[in-house]
Amino acid sequence: MKNARPKNLNLLSIRLPLPALVSILHRASGFLLFLALPFLLLALQSSLKSAIQFQHIADLLSQPAAKLMLVILGWAAIHHLLAGIRHLLMDMHWAITLPKARTSARMVLLSSAILTFLVARWLW
Amino acid sequence: MVDRLFSRKYSGMRHWLLQRLTAVLMTLYLMLLGALLFAQHPTQYTAWKALLSPLWLRGATLLFLLSLFFHAWLGVRDIFNDYVHPLVLRSFLHGAVAITLIAYSVWSVNILWSVR
Ligand code: HEM
Repeated sequence: MKNARPKNLNLLSIRLPLPALVSILHRASGFLLFLALPFLLLALQSSLKSAIQFQHIADLLSQPAAKLMLVILGWAAIHHLLAGIRHLLMDMHWAITLPKARTSARMVLLSSAILTFLVARWLW
Repeated sequence: MVDRLFSRKYSGMRHWLLQRLTAVLMTLYLMLLGALLFAQHPTQYTAWKALLSPLWLRGATLLFLLSLFFHAWLGVRDIFNDYVHPLVLRSFLHGAVAITLIAYSVWSVNILWSVR
């Protein structure tokens, strides 16, 4: 079926307000966390198997490249959690006027940036 | 009236509700785990294993992981529905995600129940 409605697929010409940014990042972080699941389960499994395996995982995760991955995953988890809580609150009709939605979107972005920074500092 | 909204006929409502229910369960568990990690600081193997050995916590952890897999199933399925339009490819991806998450569930039981 041919559909004649106009389409705009030039992403660079679409303005992205803060609530929309929080929303797309919520989706991206959710998908990233999904992709990370096997590695997280593997780490959990090894860390519980024996003292040697525990040490092995601890050593592996103290490599700079692994720390970088942990910071990225940390950001994804923090952003997804905070944006998710914001989403749930808005489902309950909390702060659903546009100015308030903008403020809460800014709060989510800012808090996840700060918390991710703290995670990075704690890891290094 | 309200319960009919969540019947099989309105699967979108059920989907919405389950995504939220699992989100709330996961948030509660993460707060609990955060508190335990903060209080016990398990930097050694024995402390880490001791933290996860009580049956109630392993049960809660399993409930968390199963909620997570279910939540991921609903969420990832939505993402594929939005972006992957060829029906064959979309069905294949749905199937692959479902099988993967079921395998993770079995794996999780295995991990948690080998802690002694
Ligand atoms: C590792 C754990 C998690 C994974 C892999 C995950 C994954 C996802 C994915 C892929 C989506 C779909 C996003 C979209 O349709 O745009 C989603 C949606 C959602 N997530 Fe998560 N999630 C996780 C944890 C959490 C937690 C802890 C919360 C707690 C607040 C949460 C709250 C939500 C909510 C409320 C939605 C629905 C958004 C909507 O209806 O548009 N998630 N999640």
